[in-house]
Amino acid sequence: MTATVLRVEQLSAAYQKNIVLRNVNFQVQAGSLTGIVGPNGAGKSTLIKTLLNIHPALSGTVTFFGSPLKKVKKRIGYVPQRSSVDWDFPASALDVVMMGLYGKIGWLKRPKKQHRELAFKALKKVGMAHYAGRQIQQLSGGQQQRVFLARALVQEADLYFMDEPLAGVDARTERAIMDILDELKKQGKTVMVVHHDLQTVTDYFDHVLFLNRTVITHGKTEDVFTEENIRKTYGGSLRLKGVTGDHVFRLVKQ
Amino acid sequence: MTYTGWIIFTASLVGLSCGFIGVFLILRRSAMMADAISHTVLLGIVLAFLVTQQLSGIYMLIGAMIAGIMTALFVSWLHSLKVQQEAAIGIVFTTLFAIGIILIEIFAGNVHLDVQHALMGEITFIPWDRITLPVAGSVPRATVMLLFVFAIVLFFITAFYKEWKVTTFDPGLAASLGIPVTFMNYLFMTLVSMTTVASFDAVGAIMVVAMLIAPAASAYLWTDRLSVMLMLSGLFGILSAVSGYYIAAFLDTSISGSMAFATGCIFAASYLFSPKYGLAAKHIRP
Repeated sequence: MTATVLRVEQLSAAYQKNIVLRNVNFQVQAGSLTGIVGPNGAGKSTLIKTLLNIHPALSGTVTFFGSPLKKVKKRIGYVPQRSSVDWDFPASALDVVMMGLYGKIGWLKRPKKQHRELAFKALKKVGMAHYAGRQIQQLSGGQQQRVFLARALVQEADLYFMDEPLAGVDARTERAIMDILDELKKQGKTVMVVHHDLQTVTDYFDHVLFLNRTVITHGKTEDVFTEENIRKTYGGSLRLKGVTGDHVFRLVKQ
Repeated sequence: MTYTGWIIFTASLVGLSCGFIGVFLILRRSAMMADAISHTVLLGIVLAFLVTQQLSGIYMLIGAMIAGIMTALFVSWLHSLKVQQEAAIGIVFTTLFAIGIILIEIFAGNVHLDVQHALMGEITFIPWDRITLPVAGSVPRATVMLLFVFAIVLFFITAFYKEWKVTTFDPGLAASLGIPVTFMNYLFMTLVSMTTVASFDAVGAIMVVAMLIAPAASAYLWTDRLSVMLMLSGLFGILSAVSGYYIAAFLDTSISGSMAFATGCIFAASYLFSPKYGLAAKHIRP
């Protein structure tokens, strides 16, 4: 029996008067690697932001490691969508990774040599050591995503939320990121990833959370990743074609 | 200090404070908010005058801070009602500014508070209005206020340097780290208001926008490091102030106008010749 690291009860959230999430309930076990899938506008990013109180919840309770968010913020890492920030910002890759340590460094204190070393180690881990001093605007999309991942690693969190870390990255970066996620899992950490490519779900994730305004279903990939559940989640917006093997789907957008 | 010395010193303080604040205005994509706040602080000043019946520095600062925060609050409120951000800024600042003007004309017509002055400033008068300080002796009132505001700006930027950095670059991450993003935003708007009102006497509401935006936008073209950008921006601010004074002396024209003109020249030069992102450098490099 593994520990429950995240418990979500009756969560709902809205943008202005549009309710985006309603009645969301699920629990996540320690050491799991979960893919969050669903169509555009299903509320995947909003779910993560609401869990982390970056977006206000209308109702519901969220418990991390049996405590409210405030007490355990340092044990949680967040990787926002790459497109959510302005990469023209005057900073180097190392600067950005160090931002992951700002919470630990604390108010009124400056980053020290040890923080720089930690950040550099994290960059090395994602294969970006050579780019530490590079201005972030000059990095490719895949490299920027690796910098974001390094920034999360440096937090040494126990639970990670990542918003589309594989969106628009090259194949090598995708492989590198997945290797790191697998390693995190082996260390007993818990990772939740918003994912958009249904073809790779069975290869990458041991759990799947189908989301479309609410949780359609959530469980082990081998149990819940079925054509029926995909249909239920995506509705008529896509056609499933060429079902080969157990759970491999080729998707054609209509 | 000589008459000219005081004017250049005061103008340099404007350039320095505005240069620092301007960096974050540019990086936060809030340049329009500077324009808005530079006008709405007028309402703050008028209200402060109506309540206290005097034009003293500290009341003006408080009035301006309240006006700045009100502007930011109203804009985000209108924005939440699905009014476009730019439209919301346009509506809020013109309305508050207009109320300020109406109140001046009705209640404060015969004091030293007129619309012309608020818009254009008059730095040539600054050395005449003095107060006596314990150690420094007789110092122009506007210079004292600018020194005070500059100290505050410098303190907040250096003390919360990394917090400004992360809330500007990635507010989502900042929030997840437990940094109060919204509070930092209002604190920033307060700093913008204070800088604006302190610069009011010297350069007025319109020219202060030039001082806030142009030096920072120029510095952005020269460097990839935030700390360097801050220093360059402050430097460009001082450079604009000093060269603006001499341009005005040479042509015998408006000092604040010449200073704003100088900021434009520095920006044009940076745009053309900055080694990093300048037009010339792009042509030389393949």
